[in-house]
Amino acid sequence: MEIPYTVKNRPDTGLYNAKLGIWLFLASEVMLFGGLFSAYILLRVGAPAGEWPHGWLDVRLGTVNTLLLALSAITTLLAWASCKVREFGKFKFFHACTILLALTFLGIKSYEYHDKWIHYEIQLNNGKIADGHFESAVYVNQASKQEVEEHSYRGNSFSQVAGGTTNNYQLASVTIHGHVVEKHEELMDLRSEEAKKAVHKELTIAATDIKKMENYGPRHNTFTAIYFTLTGLHALHIFGGTLVIFYLWGPGSKMWKTDPERFTNRIEVSGLFWHFVDLVWIFLFPVLYLT
Amino acid sequence: MEATVQQFPPYRETAAPHGHDDHGHHEPNFWSKYIFSTDHKVIGIQYGFMALCFMLFGFFLMLMMRWQIAHPGVPVPVFGPLLEKILGQPAAHGAISPELYNSFGAMHGTIMIFLGVVPLAFAAFGNYVVPLMIGAPDMAFPRINMASFHAFFLGGVVMLVSFFIPGGAAQAGWTSYSPLATTIPTNGQVFWLVGMVLLITSSLLGAVNFIATIIQLRAPGMTWMRLPWFVWAQFVTAFILLLAFPPLEAAGVLQLMDNVAHTSFFLPTGLAVGGQLADRSGGGSPLLWQHLFWFLGHPEVYVLILPAMGIVVEVIANNTRKPIWGYKSLVYSVLFVGFMSFLVWAHHMFLTGMGQKIATFFQATTMIISIPSVIILTCMLLSLWGGSIRINTPMLFALGFLPMFGIGGLTGLPLGLAVCDVYLHDTYYIIAHFHYVVAPGTIFALFAGIYFWFPKMTGRKMNEFWGRVHFWCSFAFMNIVFMPMFVQGIKGMLRRMSDGGINYSAARVPNAIDALPGSVMQLNGVILWAAVCLGIAQIPFIINLFWSISHGEKVGTNPWRATTLDWQTPTPPPHGNFAHEPHVARGPYEYSVPGAAEDFTPQDAPADKTSTAPNAH
Amino acid sequence: MSESEQPVDLKSYIRLCAVVFVVVLITTASMIATSYANIGHGWTLKVALILAIAVVNAFLVAGYLMHLLSEKKMVYTVLIFTVIFFIGLMGLTMFAMNDFPPGTATH
Ligand code: HEM
Ligand SMILES: [Cu+2]
Repeated sequence: MEIPYTVKNRPDTGLYNAKLGIWLFLASEVMLFGGLFSAYILLRVGAPAGEWPHGWLDVRLGTVNTLLLALSAITTLLAWASCKVREFGKFKFFHACTILLALTFLGIKSYEYHDKWIHYEIQLNNGKIADGHFESAVYVNQASKQEVEEHSYRGNSFSQVAGGTTNNYQLASVTIHGHVVEKHEELMDLRSEEAKKAVHKELTIAATDIKKMENYGPRHNTFTAIYFTLTGLHALHIFGGTLVIFYLWGPGSKMWKTDPERFTNRIEVSGLFWHFVDLVWIFLFPVLYLT
Repeated sequence: MEATVQQFPPYRETAAPHGHDDHGHHEPNFWSKYIFSTDHKVIGIQYGFMALCFMLFGFFLMLMMRWQIAHPGVPVPVFGPLLEKILGQPAAHGAISPELYNSFGAMHGTIMIFLGVVPLAFAAFGNYVVPLMIGAPDMAFPRINMASFHAFFLGGVVMLVSFFIPGGAAQAGWTSYSPLATTIPTNGQVFWLVGMVLLITSSLLGAVNFIATIIQLRAPGMTWMRLPWFVWAQFVTAFILLLAFPPLEAAGVLQLMDNVAHTSFFLPTGLAVGGQLADRSGGGSPLLWQHLFWFLGHPEVYVLILPAMGIVVEVIANNTRKPIWGYKSLVYSVLFVGFMSFLVWAHHMFLTGMGQKIATFFQATTMIISIPSVIILTCMLLSLWGGSIRINTPMLFALGFLPMFGIGGLTGLPLGLAVCDVYLHDTYYIIAHFHYVVAPGTIFALFAGIYFWFPKMTGRKMNEFWGRVHFWCSFAFMNIVFMPMFVQGIKGMLRRMSDGGINYSAARVPNAIDALPGSVMQLNGVILWAAVCLGIAQIPFIINLFWSISHGEKVGTNPWRATTLDWQTPTPPPHGNFAHEPHVARGPYEYSVPGAAEDFTPQDAPADKTSTAPNAH
Repeated sequence: MSESEQPVDLKSYIRLCAVVFVVVLITTASMIATSYANIGHGWTLKVALILAIAVVNAFLVAGYLMHLLSEKKMVYTVLIFTVIFFIGLMGLTMFAMNDFPPGTATH
């Protein structure tokens, strides 16, 4: 049994099945991100004055990622065009570039996530706020009173099983690279003149001074929440797209020998998806990094 | 013709220029034939079977709830000890605790809608019938079709598993309003959300497949205006699923973040849980969830009804032996309904304190959308006029659908007007309204479809006598179940109360609230026993269904003497469906054409046979 | 853009891509410049300007890289409805969230 129009265009629509299929899928993706962007707008518009952060993300990294994705969109198009003119070698080259660009994008993205993850806002008992990147923490073994230094924050206390005995550790102090501010508002607009003047240095804070310590993870506020969710979903799309492109570039490219036309269609369809993912980023970048 | 399983050579085999076909050429074993099948007919039956099982389960949950409403706190007879054994504390002493009631309520709605009616109406009937009707060898993307079923199956499994986790299944209603959905201390909601994401994925894949199939794989001559109306209905349904589900998926992801990563997308500032300020950043908006939910939620009700209407139209045209009345009006109406269904959602939110401008807008669109719905119903009714009606089980169910949907639709109108809705919102009136459309409405149509296409799937008819018993009993008990709910609702009885309103009815504040009269409370007992009888009335159906597979009366390929292409295939249709690619020569409902040899002219009968007949449209 | 149409010439595509990339560079740079510029009116005006530039950028990708400018009618039909519902979703939600009876306390 052969399904009609898997390769050739149906005369009255001028499309082959998968091409129509991918556009339908993209239509649903538009609505998916439409819902998410609506959420973004409402959260932002609904935020009380001065409560929406500015300048929290690194514009340089965002710009690099924007250009990486733009380039990968271009190599994707050229990979397809190479298939069209039956130049398999060029196809291989262009899509190799696409994959490398995509992986670099993901690498930069994870660096940015990590940066937020180790960024802490520490509310002090005296009402001030210490804010900065985590460097180390000192924990005390409750039994032996020995101190250990940890290079990741492990909460107020943790326990560890070593040699059959359970050791309980209690936080003694935290060292961050950052600064101390009087009010929460000072942390919101990092583009402001005052924020730029702030001097960041190494600070060690005793555990007894800490009221609450929380990193800039999704739960920190609505901005980080929507930032992680939107870019996370986008990164998932990048990841999925890369997998597909990698498959078509590697094992899937066997089809080139048996059915180049159908293979070219596959490249076109996966390329459309990839361009859409780029399109989403084109809006994510200004919305999250620049405004 | 006698029904034999003839293996016609699928029609494109010899001419295949691109010779690889990843399935079907090797001997199919059990797995590739029934579990990993890419054949649209097998997938349709898989969907149908699963959906019927889920519906039975959803019905069981409802019986438990109805018992609790009628006899709050009294151990459930027969099933009580079983529940306690399986679920433990929440069903202590075999009685249904308020938490368990909430779980059952939420899961009853979820299962019936997302795991029962949608898979049966859209995925099962759509998969089985649409490719046959348009003369296609299969769906456009058979493997995506299979993936869609597997996602559905997984989603169902996740939903079922959630009953057994500590704290039990989701408790915040099928609508899962935040902040309730985030603050109830059970992970049931997380399971619900993961399950929903899987089910949405399944629906999206299905929708893409249906649309691409209908656009791309229509047989030669099958122009848009020759499509059976059932195909139109499925087409619009697929578009609704495609474009309305993603915002709910977005909302689901956000709520998942709220539940798992402790964000505050839908949690307002200053939220207190259990008298304590919640450890949340706040800043979110509970109303945003409602908007995103109902953006799907309202179109979803059309997903529930349109395929059912499609079935009814096919059955009516076939059994009145005359063309359906107003085919074009039907087509334009269903397109318009599909379009408008995206623009009425906030009529579910009149009580969220919305302003008058926006309320006016949504009242207006709600009134507008009821016009094409009425046109559709009117066309169905007028089609009966002057027909030589053949009464058989499918036709009985189709005829039963008409007044039931009529009641459901008409009672929706007052709800669409904010003044009335302020009073009726969240009462049993709502429950009665939408059950009239979905239960005696959609489900009757689905029964009609099962009785109607069963001979195509198996080559045998279901037993007619027991079919009629099934219909008349269901018809009677359905109405006894749901009609009293209108009364209860108008009297002010609220929905979602685990004690069935006892406390409320006792809370008589002099000169302020007039409590629920005892007669309203007594109706709960009536409803309970009617529901039990309704359940019993399904036994003949279940037995009939299985018994007829091997013992039903053998029939030919076209026992109903129908015109559409699904009846012009061998029975059951082989892989690839048609012996020869059909060439469609006329519209779908050429019954009793004057001068024609028979009282039906198949769509693909060569044109010269009916040269005296005027061409359709 | 399938087989039945005219064969493509790789060179012309590379030229197209070069143009697209240059425009992307320019739009990205101007978005960033706008973002840091001091133009008064707080963020509202800036956001509007930046989004307008982003739309240009998006148009480029959709129109040229995705060939939307020369697509088939069926695809346009699908996308038109998608855009309408997209606008409906955003617009009506926004409308609803800003239309409360006077005196309603939000947040
Ligand atoms: C044709 C005219 C219809 C109108 C004007 C209408 C109107 C409404 C309105 C205004 C509500 C919200 C009431 C409230 O919560 O206060 C509602 C609820 C509902 N309607 Fe309809 N409806 C119509 C048809 C349908 C159909 C065809 C279906 C399903 C197949 C349906 C299913 C539902 C459901 C499931 C709910 C309740 C949702 C919930 O709160 O759990 N309706 N209807
Ligand atoms: Cu509605």
